[in-house]
Amino acid sequence: MSFPWARQYTPSNGLTRFLDEKLPLPRLVYNAVGAGYPVPRNLSYFWNFGVLAGFCLVLQIVTGVVLAMHYAANGTVAFDSVEHIMRDVNWGWMLRYAHANGASFFFIVIYIHIFRGFFYASYKPPREMIWLIGVVIFLLMMATAFMGYVLPWGQMSFWGAKVITGLFGAIPVVGEGLQVWLLGGYAPDNAALNRFFSLHYLLPFVIAGCVILHIWALHIPGSSNPTGVEVKQESDTLPFHPYYTAKDGFGLGVFLLAYFLFVFFMPNALGHPDNYIPANPLSTPALIVPEWYFYPFYAILRAFTFDFILPAKLWGVLAMFAAILVWFFLPWLDRGPVRSGHYRPLFRKFFWFGLIPCMAALFYLGGAHAEEPYIMLSQIATAYYFLHFLVILPIVSSIERPDPLPYSITEAVLGSDKKAVLGENAEPVAV
Amino acid sequence: MIRLVGILVGLGFAFVALISFAFGIGPAFSVLSEHGHFVEPTAEHEFHLEAREPEGGFAFEGPVGKWDVAQLQRGFQVYKEVCSACHSLNQVAFRDLTQLGYSEAQVKAEALTWNVPGIDPDTGEDVMRPALPTDYFPKPYANAIAAAAANRNAIPPDLSLMTKARHDGTHYVYSLLTGYRDPATFGLTSGETLREEFPEFETPEGLHFNPYFPNLNLAMAAPLSANAVTYADGTEASVDQMAQDVAAFLTWTAEPTLVKRKQTGWWIMLFTLFVTVLAWFAKKQVWAPVKPHRRKD
Amino acid sequence: MATTTATPDEHAVVTDGVATEGVRRRDFIEIAAVSAAGIGGLVMVYPLISQMAPSADVLAESTTELDVGALEVGQSIKAIFRKQPVFVRRLTAPEIEQANATDVGELRDPQTLAERTLADHPDLLVVMGVCTHLGCVPLGAVEGENKGDYGGYFCPCHGSHYDTAARIRKGPAPLNLQVPDYSVNGTTLVIGEA
Repeated sequence: MSFPWARQYTPSNGLTRFLDEKLPLPRLVYNAVGAGYPVPRNLSYFWNFGVLAGFCLVLQIVTGVVLAMHYAANGTVAFDSVEHIMRDVNWGWMLRYAHANGASFFFIVIYIHIFRGFFYASYKPPREMIWLIGVVIFLLMMATAFMGYVLPWGQMSFWGAKVITGLFGAIPVVGEGLQVWLLGGYAPDNAALNRFFSLHYLLPFVIAGCVILHIWALHIPGSSNPTGVEVKQESDTLPFHPYYTAKDGFGLGVFLLAYFLFVFFMPNALGHPDNYIPANPLSTPALIVPEWYFYPFYAILRAFTFDFILPAKLWGVLAMFAAILVWFFLPWLDRGPVRSGHYRPLFRKFFWFGLIPCMAALFYLGGAHAEEPYIMLSQIATAYYFLHFLVILPIVSSIERPDPLPYSITEAVLGSDKKAVLGENAEPVAV
Repeated sequence: MIRLVGILVGLGFAFVALISFAFGIGPAFSVLSEHGHFVEPTAEHEFHLEAREPEGGFAFEGPVGKWDVAQLQRGFQVYKEVCSACHSLNQVAFRDLTQLGYSEAQVKAEALTWNVPGIDPDTGEDVMRPALPTDYFPKPYANAIAAAAANRNAIPPDLSLMTKARHDGTHYVYSLLTGYRDPATFGLTSGETLREEFPEFETPEGLHFNPYFPNLNLAMAAPLSANAVTYADGTEASVDQMAQDVAAFLTWTAEPTLVKRKQTGWWIMLFTLFVTVLAWFAKKQVWAPVKPHRRKD
Repeated sequence: MATTTATPDEHAVVTDGVATEGVRRRDFIEIAAVSAAGIGGLVMVYPLISQMAPSADVLAESTTELDVGALEVGQSIKAIFRKQPVFVRRLTAPEIEQANATDVGELRDPQTLAERTLADHPDLLVVMGVCTHLGCVPLGAVEGENKGDYGGYFCPCHGSHYDTAARIRKGPAPLNLQVPDYSVNGTTLVIGEA
């Protein structure tokens, strides 16, 4: 589906006419991210992060494929093969740092993308499917990143693999068998390393497939926007190209500046020094932590310290998985008639003064030592996390009185529909 | 229905988390009221010092830092004459030494002074042979068991990545090497002394007190003593000087591409900044005709 | 489609007094931004390609040193140079004679024995053990192997015969066995460096 005023693709020469008839790929691109996709004219820079996430995925696949040409997934040589990349392979140090920091930046981008969705309630109808696929992509990303972190076979790789697969050991009855099956042994070793490498190579392409579905689902209702008011008329939209290609291009530049700053000037700032020590099954690091992007969920895992009916460990595992699974139900938990947080005074307060401090705390606490007062704080933050999504959101959304919405996007941008010159900007400026 | 179940599940998780909180708060606050801290103070916590940097810092630090080649050569000499007796340098090959300003002939000659495990070409027996530039630095011990047996069960770690494998690694190495103290008299600048605060603290026989080591007691005795090496360039071989030099050398072994990385980074950052500024103006141009200009009326 | 038929440029003329100049500047900036980004993208491709070239540890092994002091007349050494076999042979007088008696003009790849050895060591023949046809390892370097019709090397894959100077004489190979760059330093043969 698209808006009736969407520009139509017209092949301009023999080659494009031939292609359009046999395999209309140019038309597909034109309608997906070209002039044929009308997009709300009022998108803020928070709407840049979808394209940035796509860029990160490509970046990770390209650098990853190249690193795989030099990496060896065997416990005796994996660590050395990474150092071989860092020292001997032409530009290997840059490729590896680009890949390692690329993972971190992928998660920075995706967290902003997700929290944009929370604030503007982008998950609400008619965009439920886009949201559901997005959560699946996030889960796949977490699995991919976790397995990628195991590959260098340093101390954190090894103990991370042991601890995370140990979570499955908390499942009653089948847990222990499941953990042994996952690792192909009683502790992480060649079998685990090899399967993690295989899956680490496979999953990004599964993610890429899901991204295509995500974008496909997006093009059915079209992009959301900061007012949350649906597109009503032609003056509400601009063609994706050149307006949003230009804006995304600038956004990409800013993103790359931050990214290169890390890659070239502090490439190990987001990593952990212990992973430069080769894996040693006989010695545990003083503090086992996952990569920073797992901290909130790691904090939730560790918050459960009391055996209430079920063992505390199982509560932690259940809560950690539930913390992400709850996102799947957001479209049905949020009953508000209005999407954008800009017009939802109560919802907005809980977002800025509840969810954001709670997430910030979980991010900090997940990386802290498992000692007081961090455990107590993470228990409070964990309780709020579940209350926010499962209790506060459904109740607030059904009782609050939203602020009046603008009649249309055009009105929100230009003051009033009447003042907008209809058709004024219908023709995109040719590049 | 989803909302009802959701509220129940949410309340359930929050309840269990808060129960954990309720049962943890008592013990936590009893520790707090007793010690003024949530965690019982330990000597390792109170008297551990953060790594410090030598006076003047290191040449390779900062965004435009460069290797001080003379220093790296001195540091290599310290590794060779002192550290290499116990510590391996697995990731480094003799050929890499050309980066320290040695010619290929010098590297070849240097390699010949080291023996590496080889195979007798006639009998196939394990023998030691002089190293070639393509060989890696030999290990001082054949395996971990031999290393542990020779060092009271403490395996001397490999040094090639040491400065990346510790927090603030370069400064850590420097601080550790210059940080040996007498536990009987050791005190913080704030005036608290270890002896008074933790009378029961002991440095066991065979271990050595060093406040820069996380445990405070480590197996390695102070490895450097004044004039332990004689520098070819005439630099005075004080403990502080040797510690700086070997910390610099180990920074190089941990990341030989460090300086190249920063230099490349400058070009890439400047170019990206240039393109980003262009992209900003291009974006402004593209958007100029549709900018929301509210008319005054 | 658009509700107006105005082209962007006409539109610009209406709203902008200095339209032509404005258009030109806008075009310039957009083209500059896209081209600069394109150049940046191309530059980033360079490391992706160059990472496939031999790494530093491989390049470091690009010379092989052999002690040829004990190599007697008529003896061969089969060594490894850049992960490929190399044949080093101290030629016998009859072999040298036979090689020199051949009419160079009739050869597929005309070369004299002198052109294939060092002036100081005319009896030391160093050739790659890689058939110039499709890269098999020819026989003849080890005592008792088939040396082919010309007493040098014989490639069993497709039947190429090389003579005592390792020149191609019969069979599909187009060129003589390659002589790598090498030098002799005392009794040490350094392959890979002229």
